[in-house]
Amino acid sequence: MTATDTAKPTTASAPRRPVAPPHRRFAQADKARDGSTWLSIGVALVGVALTLGPIIYLILGGFRTQQDLSTNPTGLPDPFMWSNYGDILANDVFWRQALNSLIVATVTTAGIVLLGTMAAYPLARYRFRGREGIFVVFTTGLMFPLTVAVLPLYLLLRDMGLSGLTGLIIPQIAFGLPMTIIILRPFLRALPMELEEAAFMDGVSRIGFFWRMLLPLARPGMVTVGVLAFIQSWNAYLLPLLLLTGDPRGMTLPLGITTFQGQYASATTLIMAYTSLAMIPALVFFLLMERRIVDGLTGAVKG
Amino acid sequence: MTTLETSGKGTVPAAGATAPAAGDALGQPVSKHPRRARLRLIGELALFLGPALALFLTFVVYPVISAARYSLYQWNGVEQFSDATFIGFENYARALFGGTDPATKDAFTTAYTEPFQAAFTHTIAILVLSILIQLPLGLLIALVLNRRFPGRASVRVIMFAPYVLSEVIAGTMWLIIFDPNGVATELMHAIGLNPPAGGWLEDQTWGFWTVFFIITWKYIGLAVILFLAGLSGVPQELQDAAAIDGASWWQTQWRVNIPLIGPTIRIWVFLSLIGSIQLFDMVWVLNQGGTTGQYSTIATYMMQIGFFRSDWGFGSAIAVIMFMLSFAVALFYMLVVLRRDNTDRVKKVKRA
Repeated sequence: MTATDTAKPTTASAPRRPVAPPHRRFAQADKARDGSTWLSIGVALVGVALTLGPIIYLILGGFRTQQDLSTNPTGLPDPFMWSNYGDILANDVFWRQALNSLIVATVTTAGIVLLGTMAAYPLARYRFRGREGIFVVFTTGLMFPLTVAVLPLYLLLRDMGLSGLTGLIIPQIAFGLPMTIIILRPFLRALPMELEEAAFMDGVSRIGFFWRMLLPLARPGMVTVGVLAFIQSWNAYLLPLLLLTGDPRGMTLPLGITTFQGQYASATTLIMAYTSLAMIPALVFFLLMERRIVDGLTGAVKG
Repeated sequence: MTTLETSGKGTVPAAGATAPAAGDALGQPVSKHPRRARLRLIGELALFLGPALALFLTFVVYPVISAARYSLYQWNGVEQFSDATFIGFENYARALFGGTDPATKDAFTTAYTEPFQAAFTHTIAILVLSILIQLPLGLLIALVLNRRFPGRASVRVIMFAPYVLSEVIAGTMWLIIFDPNGVATELMHAIGLNPPAGGWLEDQTWGFWTVFFIITWKYIGLAVILFLAGLSGVPQELQDAAAIDGASWWQTQWRVNIPLIGPTIRIWVFLSLIGSIQLFDMVWVLNQGGTTGQYSTIATYMMQIGFFRSDWGFGSAIAVIMFMLSFAVALFYMLVVLRRDNTDRVKKVKRA
C-alpha cells in the first residue's frame, strides 16, 4: 500500500500526494493518537515527577524533626510536626521580610511600568530627530546586565547615600526599563493613529491624550511587563545581597532565606519550612499569572 | 531634515480650519503657533523621556563606564579612588597570563590567572552544554506536550514552575537534597549505585555536573514554554497534510514542526548563551561556586574578588571581560544568525 508506506520520508510539500480513502485515513489517525497519547502521558508524568518531586520533598521536610530527616531522609515525616512552620510564622522576621519583598516588588513594578510607558510613548508615536538613537541607547541596556555593573553601582549608591529598600528600588527600576520599553514600543505603535488625530481635533493635548486614552488602551501590555518586572524584583538576589546587610528584618525574602540558612545551618528541617513558606505564595501567584508571563516572554522574544 | 520633523509645515495653522495633512502632520496636536508648538514638543519629550533616561544613564550606563575605568587601576575600594594606582591593562594581563612583570608572574598566575581560567572554563562549559543538552531535551518535551492528552494544560503549568521560582529557593532546596547525607545519596544507595565520593557538590568532577543538573531543572521550563508557544503557531493543516502523506510522527516533527519554529529556537539559543555567561544567583547560593571553586562562574569569581578580597580593579576587569564576551556573542548572533530570520521576514512581506 503506497498510502501507508512510511519508510520513505515524505514532506508536507511533496508534489505526489497519495490520497487514502477517508475511512482508512481516520483509522490510521486514531491508531497513531492512541500510541502517541500514551507516550505523551508517560513523558508528562516523568516531567511532572521531576519538577514537583523536589518541591514536595521540601514542603514535607518542613514537617519533620531534624532527627527524623537524618535517620530516614527518604521517608515521610514521622512524627508529623507543625512547630517548624508554626515557629517561623509566629516570629516577626519572616513577616517583615515578606512585607519588604512585597513593598520592593510593588514599587519597582509601578516605577518600571509608569516610567517605561511614559518613555515608550514618544518613542513609539512621536516623530523627532534622535528618536531611534534614544531607543538604541535603551536597547543597549540589555547588554549591560546588573552583574557587570554591580561593583561600581554599589559604590555609586554608597556615595549617593542611598541605602535600604530605596537603594534597592531605584536601580531595579533603571535596570528594568530597557526590557519594558522594548516590549511596549511596538505595542503602543500598533494602536491606530486615528485615535490621536481625533483627540487632537477635539483640542486634547498630548499629555491629556496620554493620560486619558493611551494609558487605558495600553493596559494589557502594561500588565504583561508589570508581571515580568514583579517576578524579577521578587526573586532578585544580587543587589539585596550587597545593599541589605545587617538586620534580617530589613531584608527581602531571598536574602532572608540565605541568611536564615547561615544562622541555623544545622536545623535543616527549619530551613526547609522557611524556604517552603517563602515559595508558596509566590508560586501560587505566578502560576495564576502563567498566561501573562508566557505572553510577556514570547512578546519579548518577538519584539 | 529639520531638527524636529514635527515643527513647521507639519503643524496645522488654524484650529479646525483644515484637517491635518497626511504624512508629517499625522499625530500632531492642533496649534496656532509653530514655534510655541515646537517648544511644547521639547517640553513634552523631556517630561515623558526625561525620568526614564535620567535613571537609566545614572544607574546603568554610568556604572558600566565606571567599571571600565576602575579596571585600569589597582584599587581596594576602601581608599579614595583618587589614591588608586593607575596600572593600565595590567589587571587584564593578570587575568589572562599572570601579568607583564616577570618577578611576580608565577605568583600572579596562581593567584589570578588560574582561578579566572577555571571560572571561564566552567562558564563556557555551561554555555556549550546548555545548547547540547537543554535544547534537544526542551524540544523533545515541547513536541510531546504539544499533542492532545488529558491534563495537558496542568502539565504545562507545572513544568513552567521552576522557572518562576527564585534562584535562592531552588538553590537552597537542591542544596538540602544534595547534602552528602541527604535524600539524593540515600536514593543512589537504594538503587545500588555509589554517590560521588567527595559529596555531590564538593566532588571535583561531580560538582560541576550536579550544578549543571540543577541549572537544567531550573531553566528547562523556559525552553519548553517558548517552544510550545512557537508550535502553537504552526498551522494544523501542515501536520494533517504530512499525516495524510504518510509521514510518521517523527518525520512530521523533524521536517515540519522543528523547521517552522526555527526562529523561536534561535531566539532561545540567544537567551541561553547570554544567560549562561552571566550566571550568578544560582551558583552563588550553591556554596558560592564551591569551596575550591570547582564550579565557579565568571560572575561568582568577580563577586569573590570584588567584595571579599576587595580587589576592585581586578574585579572590574573581570566584569569588563564578561561584558565583552556577552557583547561578542550577542553581536555575532544578531549579525549572523538572527539576521536570517529578519531578512526572511522582509522577503515574505515583499512577495506578498
